[in-house]
Amino acid sequence: MTILSILAAILILLGLFFFFAGTVGILRLPDFYSRLHAAGKCDSLAAMLMICGIAIYNLQPFSFAALLISLKLFLVAAFVFIASPTATHAITEAALVLGVKPWKRTEKKRP
Amino acid sequence: MLLPGISACLPLLRALIGPTILDRILGGNVIGTKTTVLLLLIGLLYDDLGMFVDISIAYALLNFIATLGATKFFLRRLDIFMDKQEQEESS
Repeated sequence: MTILSILAAILILLGLFFFFAGTVGILRLPDFYSRLHAAGKCDSLAAMLMICGIAIYNLQPFSFAALLISLKLFLVAAFVFIASPTATHAITEAALVLGVKPWKRTEKKRP
Repeated sequence: MLLPGISACLPLLRALIGPTILDRILGGNVIGTKTTVLLLLIGLLYDDLGMFVDISIAYALLNFIATLGATKFFLRRLDIFMDKQEQEESS
């Protein structure tokens, strides 16, 4: 047990928690925009945390090849961090243009 | 390993029952992001992360392009979406 593996475990567990929170949000929230909110969190934050945790865990027996793989993993994390909010924004814009109505408190909950 | 698998399967429910088309696109996008992470975990299990990193990069790129493409398609073809919504409201 070194400091790096403890850090990796904390990051991966946090990512797992946010994955499940996002999943519950996607299934339970009443309307499309609030579902998008939950999905955005679970997409960008949780994926970023888990990929960074795996990259740090991979550095454990340090070697040049492991460093290269970890660098690639951080590149994936950076790409996800740019691409996932862009995708979420594109979906939101489409919903706004297509006229999906936000949920009001008086309505009954939609499926 | 099992827990991310379960959490990757659950948005499929939203993709199946989603009231609008955009809900389905959203479910597919979330499944794709979770699969990217799941592939890396499989790579850790097989002790061959170097190979699985490349697969996961390709999957992330493909997922992003697929979501943008589907969104743009439904923006162009407004009529499909409107017909669907009217049917749902009338039924």
